[in-house]
Amino acid sequence: MLIKQLSVFVENKKGRLSAITDILRQSAIDIRALSVADTKDFGILRLIVNDVDKAYTALKDGECLVSLTDVIAVQITDKPGGLADAMDILSSADISVEYMYAFISKCDGLASVILRVDDNEKAQNVLSDRFKLLTQAEISA
Amino acid sequence: MGNYYDKAMECATLYEMESLQSFRLSQTVRRVYENVPFYRDRMIEQGVTPDDIKSVADLHKLPFVMKQDLRDTYPYGLFAVPLEDVVRLHASSGTTGKQIVVGYTRNDLEIWNDCAARALVAAGGTKADFMHVSYGYGLFTGGLGVHGGAEKLGMTVIPVSTGNTARQINIFKDFGSTLICWTPSYAMFIAETMRDMGITKDQIKLKAGLFGAEPWTQEMRVTLEEMLGLKAYDIYGLTEIIGPGVSFECEEQTGMHICEDHFIPEIIDPDTGKVLPLGEQGELVFTCISKEAFPLLRYRTRDIAVLSREKCSCGRTLIKMLKPKGRTDDMLIIRGVNVFPSQIETALLSVAGSEPFYHINVDRINNNDTLEIEVEVSEAMFSDTIKSMEDIENAIRVAVESVIGIGAKITMCEPKTLKRFEGKAAHVTDRRKLLD
Repeated sequence: MLIKQLSVFVENKKGRLSAITDILRQSAIDIRALSVADTKDFGILRLIVNDVDKAYTALKDGECLVSLTDVIAVQITDKPGGLADAMDILSSADISVEYMYAFISKCDGLASVILRVDDNEKAQNVLSDRFKLLTQAEISA
Repeated sequence: MGNYYDKAMECATLYEMESLQSFRLSQTVRRVYENVPFYRDRMIEQGVTPDDIKSVADLHKLPFVMKQDLRDTYPYGLFAVPLEDVVRLHASSGTTGKQIVVGYTRNDLEIWNDCAARALVAAGGTKADFMHVSYGYGLFTGGLGVHGGAEKLGMTVIPVSTGNTARQINIFKDFGSTLICWTPSYAMFIAETMRDMGITKDQIKLKAGLFGAEPWTQEMRVTLEEMLGLKAYDIYGLTEIIGPGVSFECEEQTGMHICEDHFIPEIIDPDTGKVLPLGEQGELVFTCISKEAFPLLRYRTRDIAVLSREKCSCGRTLIKMLKPKGRTDDMLIIRGVNVFPSQIETALLSVAGSEPFYHINVDRINNNDTLEIEVEVSEAMFSDTIKSMEDIENAIRVAVESVIGIGAKITMCEPKTLKRFEGKAAHVTDRRKLLD
């Protein structure tokens, strides 16, 4: 079960994040999770939102360089060791994590982790035995 | 009054010079007309025969040769002698990555050595000097050009070539270099490195330097003379004509004397092609009148200059050119290397698949030329991982360096953020502040 992440190219320039988030505000997009990866000159803003299509179109219209990336959203228990259990599984299945970021779920005692791995299919298989993978609908709800 | 390498030529009267020029010009024109179909066709097209060219006053009747002609006839189409008589080839980068090639007979090399020797003597050089050649050796004419002149004078030549700054400085100290030739920006870099290494100008013996192959300023001259404890002389040349030594500065330092017994200069209006009177600024045109293998007639250099026959305190009567003030096309000279935006386009195209929008920034930081290329990231180039973005950035850097020969900083930009300019300077911002 894969969900869509928006990846946005951001130059390291004052006001760029403000301009991009303003586009989302104008379109009434709700951000569920985000992370920013940065280098000296540029960064990549990664977003999980409630309405992917609308956000994608709005960013495109706003002349942002945006692409859609398939990622896995794993629900884990919000307690010590919760993430480590998931990592163990990926590691023993020889799956590499390109990047990941987490957010607290609206449900008590749960957290979610967005994973970008080198083999989505394999990762889904090994994770789904032990963990619940969120659907796009569940993220959007 | 100083020393001369060839007093008869360097101090000839105008009558003597023009007589010699007229004789050599008519001979050369007849020879290329007979041996090079390119010239014959062009002259027939123009309605000129060798009989029409009797003196320098007839020079304007000849058609121009453009850099494009050199590319169209690549590699040997303009050679005027059988290839077996050619003893050396040199090459220079062209605007679209296509280089041009030039050839020399044994006699041509002697002429070149003589021209370089004149420049070295004008800079105070004698056979007792240790000539440190910091120009690049190879297809570039810089290194071997000055080398030949220095050897002919009987100097002790140290063929160091470019690069390895610490070794350059150690050679100053250990071998006792007294004369040096290099590009101004590289000289600045070495001077600063020397300072960082704690080596003072008193520990080295450099007395004079020949600086060429790129534009530089009076301010840099003063700084270099002060930092290195030497006198800085300008030298000019271009591969198409012969290499370094086409013209050179004397101790008066008010322009460069042209070896006009070999290369007749003209200044033309770059738009109309009309010859301009002495003292007016325009495009510099050279005609080679003594070379055998590659004697270009009325070659348009694209350099902007002024000619002067004012009396020079050094005693030389050779006509002087005031330093090139710019180029009539979009070529950039960065660290002595010719760089064309179209070469950078080629490199970007090879990596990005389609041609991304780009902008070139040239600057001079700490007296060293810097090159930055801003590239707008296209959808095809974009990826959600930093690693793949950095891979692309790196691939562009490598491609650019392999095409133009010097390193550049690559900056990835958002689409449609780079300024769109109209006209020629569309892709270049040159922030180097040149005083003249």
